[in-house]
Order: sequence, then structure tokens, then C-alpha cells
Amino acid sequence: MRLPMRHLLGIETLHPRDISALLDLAESYALLNRSGKTRRDVLRGRTLINLFFEDSTRTRTSFELAGKRLGADVINMSVSTSSVSKGETLLDTAATLNAMNCDLLVVRHKASGAPALLAQKVDAAVINAGDGMHEHPTQALLDALTIRRHKGTLEGLTIAICGDIAHSRVARSNILLLTAMGSRVRVVGPPTLIPSGIEQFGVSVFHDMREGLRDADIVMALRLQTERMSGGMIPSAREFFSFYGLDAAKLAFAKPDALVMHPGPMNRGVEIDSQVADDVTRSVIREQVEMGVAVRMAVLDVLARTALRNA
Amino acid sequence: MRDTLIIGARIIDPASGHDAVGDCLLRGGTIADFGAGLGRPEGAAIVEGADCVLCPGLVDVRASLGEPGFEYRETIGSAALAASAGGITTIAVLPDNAPPTDDPALVRALAGAGEATGRITIAPYGAATRGCRGESIAEYGLLRAAGAIAFSDGARAIGSAGLMRRALSYARGFGAMIVQHPEEPSLAAGGAATSGARATLMGLPGIPVCAEAMMVARDIMLVELTGGAVHFAHVSTGAALALIRAAKSRGLAVSCDTAPPYFDLNETAIGDFRSYAKLSPPLRTEDDRLAVVAALADGTIDAVASDHQPRDADDKRLPFAEAAPGGAGLATLLAITLAQVQSGALGLNTALSLLTDRPARRFGLGAGRIAKGRPADLCLFAPDRSWRIEAGRLPGKAQNTPFDGRAVEGVVVGTWKAGVRVFG
Repeated sequence: MRLPMRHLLGIETLHPRDISALLDLAESYALLNRSGKTRRDVLRGRTLINLFFEDSTRTRTSFELAGKRLGADVINMSVSTSSVSKGETLLDTAATLNAMNCDLLVVRHKASGAPALLAQKVDAAVINAGDGMHEHPTQALLDALTIRRHKGTLEGLTIAICGDIAHSRVARSNILLLTAMGSRVRVVGPPTLIPSGIEQFGVSVFHDMREGLRDADIVMALRLQTERMSGGMIPSAREFFSFYGLDAAKLAFAKPDALVMHPGPMNRGVEIDSQVADDVTRSVIREQVEMGVAVRMAVLDVLARTALRNA
Repeated sequence: MRDTLIIGARIIDPASGHDAVGDCLLRGGTIADFGAGLGRPEGAAIVEGADCVLCPGLVDVRASLGEPGFEYRETIGSAALAASAGGITTIAVLPDNAPPTDDPALVRALAGAGEATGRITIAPYGAATRGCRGESIAEYGLLRAAGAIAFSDGARAIGSAGLMRRALSYARGFGAMIVQHPEEPSLAAGGAATSGARATLMGLPGIPVCAEAMMVARDIMLVELTGGAVHFAHVSTGAALALIRAAKSRGLAVSCDTAPPYFDLNETAIGDFRSYAKLSPPLRTEDDRLAVVAALADGTIDAVASDHQPRDADDKRLPFAEAAPGGAGLATLLAITLAQVQSGALGLNTALSLLTDRPARRFGLGAGRIAKGRPADLCLFAPDRSWRIEAGRLPGKAQNTPFDGRAVEGVVVGTWKAGVRVFG
């Protein structure tokens, strides 16, 4: 498959047929990974740089593994805040990367739009690995793949995304992807954590977990991003857990076969109860991690092909 | 100084309502005469004005010039070049420089620096609070005596109601007004775009629209309490304008201005994180833009200011939320305002009035008129001639225009300052 764009900056720019094709390819990589085989010819001779301005062991490792399984030379660059405070700008970094002739650039940054800015200045294909409160497209794709593997489809499912919607790039990408693919998406959380105008993306808003989870096929809990909150958007973690933490009592309002998801890392006892998180009959949180590698392999593969075509 | 005779131009003086084709004679730095059938004084330089409009030099009631303290963004000299190219002859300069204009000597220095360019009159604002820190009021009496036209903390709102009350009350004793950046600071803190679906989609921290109206409502109440006078800068929302309209109808000393981005652009201009369109206040919805246009037409808005905020590439070539707000506006002020004339939203006389005599009167400036004996500060422009605004090709240092790529009509062909041709 090919993508019409050179970079993957967000779900917003993807057509549903591109999403389906990416998921199909990711599915094949998931099967390959389970079989223990690799396809090291796909990215042989290509350089992948993981450029992380924010710490993230999980996503960085997932991209690293994906790149290596496809045969790329993978370099991890953690840009500490100290080098930024020394005066190095994002565009200085872009110039450095161009000099290194990298082919694929995975970027995580605390500022929304940072990968978009870099994409204008680097020769490599840029993959957004999470930018501020904007998007995290590969997370949405891996979530979709996990759901599709269990439910067979995304269309017609009722999916409740719960908790800190306002600060979550995962929520934005999931809302864009899932609504585009025909899911009914609900967002559930206290009014302080529901962003302005969210209804315009075709989602229903709930402030009561029981109502929001009622008959849901999928329940997705989000991490409470206290580091992004200024001025206390919730009174306390215990109050949040009482009303919005995903526990067995609240989950009982969802369908009996509803899946429990979480993008990780989890704050146990804050947005999710351990009993639910570790329930192997409901929770697919570990599978999400597994699908993450497969999805990232698919994305790297497709963007490398797109770059070859354009070269 | 040689006489100059501008011939055959459509001469518009919004203050008097004069609008007729004729000639204008500049002698000794003042307007000696204007109208039809002027003779041809011997030795006068003749300037052809056919198909052009001759109006008073534009009076810009709010701009930052970067100097002192931020000369890498703009200097008074480079700003004067940009202003001349835009037909501007008088600029009210904000006080939030480094150092801030909270000392009479600084007021005098700024005014003198304008004179030294020979191109513009600088009418300095004084700081509303010492150091523009929002803690205690500045020396309004001394600053006023040195030439401060009004008092403001520039891009910072005076957040404390108690302090604003004292500012309005104390300034009243010197016949001065307080110019407010109307944005409730605790609602605006950290914001990069107007709250709503677009900010949410882009993952940008939002500033609710009511942050502006809330500050306007508060300050109107304080004007009622103190008998003081307030002017609201760059008003951008229908809600705030409705409050200002109502306050004016009650006879309160309340006025306001806006800037071209707020009647020509809406929030979609920030596109895919386009930092040149990151402004303070942020660009609004189309409904708010239309409300600003309506308020220009019905007289609620007293002036169109450039709101010139020079920024260099290092300030702007950052992720949107981290980029500095502000847009360059001197060279494009007239052309973007004329777009409202071309669309039929404003009459030409009304538009020019918002750029000349109304702001001059509100701020007590001796400018903005074409009348015998007045300083010959004039702007000659070709209203039908088209051009394209391009960042990188603007006069002056500041290139951070939110109008990059915009096609406009209305070219300044000549600017005169005290009878001297400084542009064209």
C-alpha cells in the first residue's frame, strides 16, 4: 500500500481506506511477530531515528523494536530539556538530522504541532509519536487493531473513552479514527476534563460513568495527566477514582463482553482499579502493547515505500 | 523647503467631510491650501495624483516598535520606514519595552526618537503601572507632562480590579485615559488559541471568548464607579463589543479599537500550526469576525490600529503553543482596512476616519486632518492598484505578517511628513 502523504502527523489526514489498509498490514505483521519470523529486507539500509523530547520508554521501545524487526538502523536520541535551554531550537535539531541523512524520524514532543514544524524542515518521513495534547496516531491505530481483532469490526461499536479527555492526545486520535470508521464514540469525564467543542467531532459527552458505560462494547480508560493540569482540575485523586475510576462496579454497566483498554502507563487506583486492569477475561492492555509493535512496523513500512516512490 | 503641489487627487478629509477632486499645496511643512483650481506656484514640485486618494497621514494608536530593548525585532528607524510605506505618519507606541516607559525621561526620549527619523511622530504611551508589573500605579502627572498620551501596560492586562480602580480614578485627575488589554488573565493564562473545536482538534490550550467580555464588563463598572475613562485595545469579540456599545449609549467615557486581523481573518487562519497567525488576543470565530465588521460600520469601534508586534524568526519558528504572539502590521494597515471598503462593508470615508481623525481625537493628537495651516502629514494611495502581501518582502525588520500571501488592493504611492516626502 501507499499513503498519499509523506509523513504521519495525525489521524486527521488519513482516509478510512488508508486506515483499513494500515490495519490489514499491521495484522499481517502481528502474525509474523507471533511466528517469530522477521522481514529484515523491508528497511535494510534505512536509518530510523527516535527523537524523543519527552520521556517515554514504552513508545520509544515499541518503535525501536519495530524498526529493528524490519532491518533498519535504529538510533535513539533523547533530547533533554537541558540542550533546549542551552539554546538549541527544534529547527537546529532538524538541520542536524538532515545532515545525518535519516530516512524515518519518529518524534515525541510536549508541544502540539512540533512534528508538523519539523516535517517542514527535514528530508525524512516524520512520524508523530505524540505531540502535546494534539495527536498520537500510532496509538489510535494499535487500539483500533486490538479492537478489530476481538470484535471483527469497528463499525457500529459503542466505545466509551473515559477520564482526562482534555489533555489526552490519545483521545483525540482515537476519536478521529473511530468515528471515521463508523464507531459510536462517547467521552466520559468530569466537565473540567472535557475540552471545549468536543461534540463537534461526533461524540456524545457523559459526566456520569454509569450512563457513559451503559451497554458499551469497549471501555477505554485514560491516564490522568496531572503534569499537564494547571490549577487543579479535579479536587483529588480519591474523588476522581470514586466517580471516574474504572472499577468492577462501574464496568458492570457495560456489555458483559466489553473489552477494557488503557494506553498506559496506568495509575492504578486513580483511573483504573487493578482488579479490572488485570482481569484477563476483559483487559486487553497487554495485547495493546503487542499490537503497538505490529502497527509501527506497518507504518514504517508504508512510509518507507511512500518515500521510495517519491524519491 | 520647496513647495509641493499634489494635483488631481481625490482629497478626502473625514473630519470635515470634504471629498472632492482637487489639488493640495504643501508649503513650509503645513497645508497651505487645497481644493479645486489652485494655481501652479512657481518652482513647486508637482506630484500627479490622478486616480489616487489623498487623505491625512494615518494615525496608528497602538504599536510596539521593539526599541528600546528588543532592537533585534525592530528599531524605531526600521519601524519608521515600514510606517512611511504604509502611509502612517503618527504612531502611539506602547510602553512595555525594556526598560518600560514609566519614567518621564523615557517618554521624552521616545518622542524625540520619532522626530529624529524625520518620518513619524511618536506619541508615547506611559506605563499604567510601574515597570508594567501590575503592582502600583505609575507617575501619571509627570508622565503626562512629559508627553504621554495615555496609560497602558501594553500586552499585559491590568488584572487587579483594585489597581484598575485606582488607575482610572487617579488618571482622571490629569484628564488621561487608561488603555486596557481586555483579557481576564487567569482565564487566558497559558492559552494559545480561542477555546472551541479548532483549539481542541489541534490540542492547543484555549482561551475562552468570555475572557475578553469579562474584563470589558468589569472595567465599564469601574468607569461608572470612578468617573474615569477607559479605552479597550484590539477588541475582537461580539460579546465585548455589545458591552462597549451599551456603555457608550449610556454616555460613559468608553472607547475601543480593533486591528486588521480581527476583521479580516478568523481562527481557521492558524491552519496547521501557522505561528504567524498566533496573535494576542487569538483569532476568533467567523461570528466574532462579523461582529467586529459590524461594529466598525456602526461606530462602536473608534479606531483601527496596526497592533504592530514585531517578532523575529526565533520567536516564531517554534511549535505553535511556544511561539510568541503578535503580527507585523504597519505596512498592511491601510490595505487590509480597504478590503472592507471593497467588500462593501464600509464606506471609504468611514474607513479612513477610523485610521485618521477619530483615533487622533480620542487620543488628543494634533493629527489626522487635512485643513489649512495644519501640518502637512499626508498619504496618497491608489485604491484600485493590487499587490500581494509577502512575508520576507515587507518594509522594516518585522516580517511576521499573518496576511502572508494575501492579495490586496490599495497601494501607498506617497507619504508626506511635515511637508517632506518620506515615501514614494
